[in-house]
Amino acid sequence: MKLVNETWHLFKKEILLEWRSKYAFNGVLLYVVSTVFVCYIAFNLTPGFKGSSSYPLVWNVLFWIIMLFASVNAIAKSFMQESKSRLLYYYSIASPQAIILSKTIYNILLMSLLSILALLAYLIFFTNELGDPLFYFLSVLLGSLSFSTVFTMISAIASKAGNNGTLMAILSFPVIIPVILVLIRLSKNAMDGIDRSFSYGNIGVLFAINAIVITTSLLLFPYLWRD
Amino acid sequence: MTRSIMIMKLLTFAPSINMKFIYQSWWKVLTVIVIFYTLIAGMLIGVPKLPIVHETIRNTYFHVPMWMAMFTVFTISVFYSIKYLNTGKEEYDLIAVECANTGLFFFVLGLVTGMLWAKYTWGEFWSNDPKQNSAAIAFLLYCAYSVLRNSIDEEQKRAKISAIYNIFAFPVMIVLIMILPRMTDSLHPGNGGNPAFGKLDLDNRMRMVLYPAFIAWSFMGIWIASVRYRIRLIEYKKNEN
Repeated sequence: MKLVNETWHLFKKEILLEWRSKYAFNGVLLYVVSTVFVCYIAFNLTPGFKGSSSYPLVWNVLFWIIMLFASVNAIAKSFMQESKSRLLYYYSIASPQAIILSKTIYNILLMSLLSILALLAYLIFFTNELGDPLFYFLSVLLGSLSFSTVFTMISAIASKAGNNGTLMAILSFPVIIPVILVLIRLSKNAMDGIDRSFSYGNIGVLFAINAIVITTSLLLFPYLWRD
Repeated sequence: MTRSIMIMKLLTFAPSINMKFIYQSWWKVLTVIVIFYTLIAGMLIGVPKLPIVHETIRNTYFHVPMWMAMFTVFTISVFYSIKYLNTGKEEYDLIAVECANTGLFFFVLGLVTGMLWAKYTWGEFWSNDPKQNSAAIAFLLYCAYSVLRNSIDEEQKRAKISAIYNIFAFPVMIVLIMILPRMTDSLHPGNGGNPAFGKLDLDNRMRMVLYPAFIAWSFMGIWIASVRYRIRLIEYKKNEN
């Protein structure tokens, strides 16, 4: 009960901080929209590409790559913005599990919002028929959930190791590649409108990876955060 | 007399004392003998005749044990990373890092033996097979581990953070190598209905070579890691004084 309480308060603090500056949210949103726009213009430079059969395929893969980089940028900040003295303050008032949990939940919320907005922006520029829109939407939500859980823990590790962006990329990409492969497969199935029962296995793998990542971060973060 | 009693005691308690174990030589001799046995028997003893693979099935004796050795040393590495986090003893960190390095070495060997075999049965060294791709990604994972280690100067901090990443990476590696390739169609034996360790494909003649090879190469990995650890330990003690 204490853990839930602490997590809730820290979570509210995260939202309040973000609400005041709106820096992470607006920054990443602008990043996503401008990337989508650049892709749109670049695709139109090649005449005839839009009608070709590979167009939807590129559409799908590109969406996930844009989301991948957007989420790295958004979540890498989650531990960098904390000063040393503030971390010390948290140390005295809350348990480490509450801190990592609140950050993870906050990042899930942020990423879900961002990916829904990104999907909307995407649908404006790239007119495409989704075979199973609801399932595609679900895969996007699952994607933002998985990105958040993985990147939150990795950003905690990277922030302890000198806060550089390269390290964040090196550490997180091997972990995120299997996730993104499953996601691309899942969303491709949804795009083609393939029967949903074929995708249950993929969803199961995603949940399993998330469960593993959340458990290991809950177990390991207490060791990580104290200097 | 007292010395022989001491040796007897060491022998009986060897596995439980663990650290004494790596200074003994009986298991190293055994390892070498068994490895030579698998090399010779693997080439000479008959194998079941299977379509496509034919005689290349003998690669099983050399390819799969590499992964077994890799799993063994990576598991030991994670075990000592956990122990390091609990106790903070520098030696445990040294064991963890040297086991991870040895694991990387066997990783490369496993990939190379697999690629050579793939050239003769699949036609390409690299044929975009899910199992190969997953293995390559898992390789990146452990390369990231060594990059992370090099990026931190402070010794205790380096030990702690890399131990945490090591524990974090291990389940992901298991998912990558053991679970994901089984989800999709793969050319690799054992996946997508291809022949492998199933009861029908592997006869007793092969088991007689394969299982000793698993154990022997795993101990080979432990041996290499222990030698590297002992060198590290000497360097560490030298720097301390």
